[in-house]
Amino acid sequence: MEFILISGRTMHQGETLHQKCSEEYMKACAICEMNPEDMKELGVKDGDVVRVKSEAGEVNVYVKPCEGLDRGIVFIPMGPWANAVVPAGTDSTGMPSFKGIKVRIEKADGRVLRGDELVRRYEFEG
Amino acid sequence: MSLRVKDVVCPFCGCLCDDIVVYVENDEIKEVENACKFGAHRFLAVKKHRIKAPMVREGQEFKEVSYDEAIKRAVEILTKAKKPLLYGFSSTSCEVHEVAIELAELLGAVIDNTASVCHGPSVLAVQEVGYPSVTLGEVKNRADLVIYWACNPMHAHPRHMSRYSLFPRGMFTDKGKLERFLVVVDVRRTETAEIADLFVKVKPGYDFEVLNALRTILNKGDIPHEEIGGVKKETLMELAERMKNCQFGILFFGVGLTMSRGKHRNIAEAIKLVRDLNRYTKFSIMAMRGHYNVTGFNEVSSWETGYPFAVDFTRGYPWYNPGETDANSLLQSKDVDAVLVIASDPAAHFPRESVRYLAKIPLIVIDPFESLTSRIADIVIPSKVVGIEAEGSAYRMDAVPLRLKKVIEAKGLLSDLEIMERILEGVKRKLSSKSEIAVKM
Ligand code: SF4
Repeated sequence: MEFILISGRTMHQGETLHQKCSEEYMKACAICEMNPEDMKELGVKDGDVVRVKSEAGEVNVYVKPCEGLDRGIVFIPMGPWANAVVPAGTDSTGMPSFKGIKVRIEKADGRVLRGDELVRRYEFEG
Repeated sequence: MSLRVKDVVCPFCGCLCDDIVVYVENDEIKEVENACKFGAHRFLAVKKHRIKAPMVREGQEFKEVSYDEAIKRAVEILTKAKKPLLYGFSSTSCEVHEVAIELAELLGAVIDNTASVCHGPSVLAVQEVGYPSVTLGEVKNRADLVIYWACNPMHAHPRHMSRYSLFPRGMFTDKGKLERFLVVVDVRRTETAEIADLFVKVKPGYDFEVLNALRTILNKGDIPHEEIGGVKKETLMELAERMKNCQFGILFFGVGLTMSRGKHRNIAEAIKLVRDLNRYTKFSIMAMRGHYNVTGFNEVSSWETGYPFAVDFTRGYPWYNPGETDANSLLQSKDVDAVLVIASDPAAHFPRESVRYLAKIPLIVIDPFESLTSRIADIVIPSKVVGIEAEGSAYRMDAVPLRLKKVIEAKGLLSDLEIMERILEGVKRKLSSKSEIAVKM
């Protein structure tokens, strides 16, 4: 299914800011909040792994219901998981487009990588 | 020995709360009063997740080395590079900024700070249309209409509403919250929106249109559409009326505006709306700056180089062109060949494309805490936590400078300032010996 992705700060992300290699940070940031109706349509329940894909790349995260979001919009806290799908380019401002990214989301069986695993992978990627 | 230190400034978010009380026993922080969850955590967990010793990378492993060795290697990387980038600076003191700018000039490097991924576009807009702003003290004492646009202070600046904007009793707002009207404009119903008197939900990417519609209502009295950016005309009319008729309005805006479609155009439009409103009443605008001293870097850099961030010294004089001289543009176009990161974590907060290149070039990290950037670094240099283990100056989000205190001793560690000064010394020595050799030849 297609969604618009917004990323941003959350209290939990802030609290775990200085323990980025920990499981807590992963629990706080490797999540994708979604309207419960959309979750039903996608066939996923709280805590399932979903793959989020954009033109920039893809990443696995846990899905979480959120009533405050409209259908068609998903939220991932600021961090390496959200950034894995943020496109390159800054529209000549220096600022990447962290919000309003077009993504496709599907149910996945893969595992969710820890923050340090995710960035260390970039050392070897071409 | 136990100690009660009062009026401590919290070195976490741009609120820079200066009423924190810290109880210290034998150089351990035992209790913290007045801070929010983030702030208390910053003080109480100051010894957790620390980088224990300077390290250099050998293959896939890190090897512990002395400070002298780590600094020597850092100097080598920086002097060897054709175009190094110095980046970060938002969680350290202005004294460090000063030394870093001197270092950048000496190296012919580019210096940028985290503003380029938070309120950089706000700075661009301010340069274009000005900044009718106030201090948070004035907001507390006078504001009767408080608008939070595209930000969620309950999560990002937890004491903002209780200390400065909504709840406190001020000189002319002695009934506190009862006398103020809270408007929240956002793309989703956040926790802050839950307590708002009026919540306006905007379609993602349509803030510019909504701001523009408010200006049109203000200037022409009407708009020719029933709905703009997902907001009904009646709501826009109501909001415009409220803005016009308040006594002292303040519009706080967050990165929701700077990061989405339109970027600096959104901010410029918001500032113009505030400018228009000043024909009717007193209205101001303020950016919700995130890290506690991101504002400080912009101040120091402006008075030292003439530009607030993304300053390129490769020509021998300061040159500024965000979109070309900022950290992400440089990394994505592979236009730098070494990076020094201090007091920030770009590996966690930059888009994939930038981190991919960052992971492949020589990288020096100076930070008290482990970070994702330290995991991909070649040299890691631990430092003291500014505001807890070292003192210094910082600027609050409204550009009011405050003095950060040292409340505990961190034995065996150098401060950011000492490390940067030593690097600067090392670079000076290296460059002068290079030029001596050149003269002899
Ligand atoms: S609101 Fe910000 S500055 Fe104030 S205590 Fe919380 S984290 Fe610290």
